[in-house]
Amino acid sequence: MDNKRRTFLKFAGVAAALGAGGSVPLTLRAAYAPEQEQYKQDRDALTATRWGMVIDMRKFTSEEDFERCIEACHSVHNVPDQQLPKQKQKVMWIWTDHYEHAFPSSHNPYLAERVEHKDFLLLCNQCDNPPCVRVCPTKATFQREDGIVQMDFHRCIGCRYCMAGCPYGSRSFNFCDPAPYVQEKNADFPTRMRGVVEKCNFCVERLEEGLQPACVEAAPEGGMFFGDLDDPNSEVRRVLRENFSIRRKVELGTNPCVFYIV
Amino acid sequence: MLEKALYGDKKYWAWVIFLLVLIGVGSVFYIMQLVKGLTVTGMSRDVSWGFYIAQFTYMVGVAASAVMLVLPFYFHDVKKFENLVILGEFMAIAAVIVCLGFIVVDLGQPQRLFNVVLHPTPNSILFWDMIVLNGYLLLNIVVGWTNLHAEYKRLPHPSWIKPVAYLSIVWAFSIHTVTAFLYQGLPGRHYWLTAIMAARFLASAFCSGPAILIILALIVKKVAKYDPGKEAIQTLAKIIVYAMIANVFFFLLEVFTAFYSGIPGHQHPMIYLFSGMHGANALVGWMWLMSLCGIASLVILIPPRFRNHSELLVIGLVLLVAATWIDKGLGLVVGGFIPNPFEAITEYGPTGPELMISVMVYATGLLVLTVLWKVAIAVKKETGRA
Repeated sequence: MDNKRRTFLKFAGVAAALGAGGSVPLTLRAAYAPEQEQYKQDRDALTATRWGMVIDMRKFTSEEDFERCIEACHSVHNVPDQQLPKQKQKVMWIWTDHYEHAFPSSHNPYLAERVEHKDFLLLCNQCDNPPCVRVCPTKATFQREDGIVQMDFHRCIGCRYCMAGCPYGSRSFNFCDPAPYVQEKNADFPTRMRGVVEKCNFCVERLEEGLQPACVEAAPEGGMFFGDLDDPNSEVRRVLRENFSIRRKVELGTNPCVFYIV
Repeated sequence: MLEKALYGDKKYWAWVIFLLVLIGVGSVFYIMQLVKGLTVTGMSRDVSWGFYIAQFTYMVGVAASAVMLVLPFYFHDVKKFENLVILGEFMAIAAVIVCLGFIVVDLGQPQRLFNVVLHPTPNSILFWDMIVLNGYLLLNIVVGWTNLHAEYKRLPHPSWIKPVAYLSIVWAFSIHTVTAFLYQGLPGRHYWLTAIMAARFLASAFCSGPAILIILALIVKKVAKYDPGKEAIQTLAKIIVYAMIANVFFFLLEVFTAFYSGIPGHQHPMIYLFSGMHGANALVGWMWLMSLCGIASLVILIPPRFRNHSELLVIGLVLLVAATWIDKGLGLVVGGFIPNPFEAITEYGPTGPELMISVMVYATGLLVLTVLWKVAIAVKKETGRA
């Protein structure tokens, strides 16, 4: 008698465990399956096979030149302003820093003065071989066919492995709810919730509408170029052909797609 | 068999209630973290993993260490580990639960945890860590519980358990190797980017885990009158010494490579940890304390005369646990983030809520351990094996 009840309980337990482990994820999968939907691109959309950016630092002459780019990006993407309670937990998509910090492996104590004290515009390098995509355990960070490394804020579990993986410090985590710190919300772009990572997305939402990235638009004349690195006739390729350019930490094999002319 | 955990004296229940209170108090802080986000921790944009992930890393080692008993007992038929091996297996279960707990409390969106299973991503080491940790948990539950249950029924261990135990031996190595791979495969984090990381992790695991096991077993010997056997402890202590020597040796290899090569990126984290950098020196005291504890533990544990002295042994083991904990549970994770990718320094220190949440996770592990050991010891005593 006792033994029978025991056997029954054992089977019931196993069945319940299987039910909990197997069927629930299956129903979730059926309810939300974006990977099975076909996406149609807008006719006006800008397209490329490998997007890239060139920043001509010679054209950035004042503090305001940088500010305008940062402001343009952060306002269009609902990036919380710098009033966050803890400064070390701030969110940045695009920011500035000195040469020795931007290019720590190629620092030179006798650097030309115009470079040494100059700010550099820094953002996600949209690496061709991105470590953040490699380490993400949920594919919340993924690489599009046009090379852009994008984030799905709704899939991110907030493990921050990508932040450890990124050698450029390009990623920010929403330690707290960012919404109260976004001054004027742009309704066309999602605000994030706390607990997810975010970063520059090369303005995929603007490319969709045939617009250049916000920072490129706000940059001084000839300060920033954005285009297809795979197309030898593109403007970015022309600028790179005619000027000497550098990239951040190339020795790590990430193949950054943001180029700097100094 | 589990009902054995329901019969205990006053001291046992006082201990269980004490742990429940700790879990309860810690939960209040965890709810606060859930509501406010990880902003309640000391982590930052630059030091994006902190105390939680460091504890996770340390406890993976403790979990893996059960193999130091399982391997001799099942593979080499070392009979004297008979009464200790079940404690090791059950400690591994509790340790893995602590590991999983620290991962969960570290997540920004814990309710999305199952995205790791829903969207399996084999290129992510974290995906593999999820597999090996849960697999190891299951293996230890199956092996430990089956064998104990057989003893409870006064039957020999079933023959099918041997291959499972062998699998758990290989699996133990895998959990700490994969955990090391979480770190050692990241470009641009100099302190972690080293091929010896996995070997160092294993060496530190195989000394620290058994050391904790012996300390706990000796406590149990006092409070529950369960003797794991003097000889078993002495043999295990010998294993601990060799592992600790390897651990220290591997660390010195890192020091040599960094400073003889003269490559700044390799030197900076160590300079930060041991002497501070640009006035930032939060961990300097800890790192030197680690060195002192490490050396002292070797001085006590290497000479057999000291090691076989039961009180000195405990002191040596406590020092060893302190040294390995500071190394892995404090310096390793933070050192990887300092200096940051811009060669600038943002320091890190855990906050009160962060420590209380950690207490909650550790107390949960201790509760699991208490219940499992209570069952194991009761069965062993009942069947006259102890």
